[in-house]
Amino acid sequence: MPTRAADPPTRARAAGPKAAARTDPGRRPPWWRTRTAKGIGYATPTAAFVAVLFVLPLLLVGRMSASDWPLLTGYQSLNLPDNYTELADGDLLWPAVRFTLLYTAVTTVLLIGIALLLALLVQEARPGVGFLRTAYFLPSVLGLASASLLFWGFYSPSAGPIAALPQRLGLTDEPVSFLGTPTAALLSTVGLVVWKFAGFYMLILLVGLQSIGHDVYEAARIDGASRRQTFRHITLPLLRPSLALTLVLSVTGSLLAFDQFFVLTKGGPDNSTVTVVQLIYREAFQRLDLGTAAALSVLVLLALLILNAAQFRGLRRSDES
Amino acid sequence: MASPSAPRGPGRPTGPVRTPYYVLAGGLAVLFLFPLLWSAWASVAPAPGTSQDSGYGLGNYRALLEYDAGLWRYLANSAVVSLLTVAVTLTVSLLGGYAFARFDFPGKNLLFLLTLAILMVPYATLLIPLYVLLGMAGMQNSLIGLSLVLAVFQLPFATFMMRISFEAVPRELEESALVDGCGTFRALARIMTPAVKPGLITVGLFAFLAAWNDFIAPLILISDSSKAPLPLAVATLRQQSMGAIDYGATEAGVTVLAVPCLLLFLLLQRHYVRGFMSGALKG
Repeated sequence: MPTRAADPPTRARAAGPKAAARTDPGRRPPWWRTRTAKGIGYATPTAAFVAVLFVLPLLLVGRMSASDWPLLTGYQSLNLPDNYTELADGDLLWPAVRFTLLYTAVTTVLLIGIALLLALLVQEARPGVGFLRTAYFLPSVLGLASASLLFWGFYSPSAGPIAALPQRLGLTDEPVSFLGTPTAALLSTVGLVVWKFAGFYMLILLVGLQSIGHDVYEAARIDGASRRQTFRHITLPLLRPSLALTLVLSVTGSLLAFDQFFVLTKGGPDNSTVTVVQLIYREAFQRLDLGTAAALSVLVLLALLILNAAQFRGLRRSDES
Repeated sequence: MASPSAPRGPGRPTGPVRTPYYVLAGGLAVLFLFPLLWSAWASVAPAPGTSQDSGYGLGNYRALLEYDAGLWRYLANSAVVSLLTVAVTLTVSLLGGYAFARFDFPGKNLLFLLTLAILMVPYATLLIPLYVLLGMAGMQNSLIGLSLVLAVFQLPFATFMMRISFEAVPRELEESALVDGCGTFRALARIMTPAVKPGLITVGLFAFLAAWNDFIAPLILISDSSKAPLPLAVATLRQQSMGAIDYGATEAGVTVLAVPCLLLFLLLQRHYVRGFMSGALKG
């Protein structure tokens, strides 16, 4: 019959696209069963975490930095730019910036130098090299706070094994004071940080060293290059990407130094080893002023973003060359 | 100049056994191991002013057990925070990595970049607003709140790692499951999750070590001393006894903190180095 033949398509149209999809596997599924919807579903926890615990605090820190916001009473009023001018005019910020930069420079040079030495020492397979690699790397698995606590005892004149040694040998009148003067405190902290991180950086450089092919060295050998020439003209240039990575990690890590100074030197002696991040902590929880702490946080964030952008450009250029 | 041994390229499979090399390399190994060994030794050795004043023994550990809320309490806090951080990081990055690797949806690239951008923002600058936010949510002094914060900072590495792990799984494996009538969730649970297990172990290991060792986040977010994780508790322990500083108990605390890290490293060395290489290659 002509009417019945026309029937099924009409009914399908009347029931809408959802019913059509269920009865006809060739048609589009409902939106909530598409792969797009499922992708959104699986990405939702990530999006929620990023939104609530990353984007929201990022916006809040900006808002706080523009507000009078005491720790105990919370938001009072907008006061832009008081928090920033207070920081710039105060006598705490610039010493902290200077010290942080000095610490970053000293740490980075020593850390990368020693890590490179370690990597060169263990790059070849020879008897005992596995043990050496593990020994150099082992301090890296500790937490930074644990390592700082360890060295706090290790450096102590009364309990530590090395501070009293020169005195016992008759070389000095007093035990060595590892944390007594600003310079000693800086160098002792650098010593702890190099001990803790050198093995980690060694591993990065080792990965880089082992990606350099044997044939390159073979060619240099045939051309009669000395070991020094080989190192200077082959190893170092080819290791540049790995060295750049260690540089980025060391600079950003050192600029944000906190644990080691909080635990080991407590900012002393005479506030000579207060880093910028330590200042954020002090503004917030000792001066109880979250507004200036937030302003300082924003400044640190901006400095790091600029530095990251510059390093990223530098890295790209070194990739191209 | 002409050295007695033939000139060798570094990177040759084997090097000769030479004494100066072993003096230097071995000396450095002693330097790196000595503080670790000293710490373990100092935690059991007799020393004046500690709880172990004569003969070797576990006096310093007994002192830790009785300190304030007690070692077991702090260990339990650390364990809760670390395991919760691992669980949250694994769940979020498993689902997220699957979404980024196998699905297309609007905003996908933006969300991925935003997740990686967490790396660009210094940890310390976010802790001040997070302290306020958790306070508003009634989660001050909350181990759960602390774990969520720690998990967020694991997300860039974890999401990146899980995305490349999923991308390395052959598509046919998943498609055959889908053709067999599995939904994508069943395919994820039954087929894909076992295939990305090495990635999960690496992500979990790093999340655990980060949470176990973290200091600044609990310092800022936890003020109730009975909720403190172990690193914070050990650090406050030595600050409290101003007059007589108890180095013995501190080194005992350091040893307790270090042992799980060292064990995990020795057991899971392969995964450790793998995670870290993918991080190094990314640069």
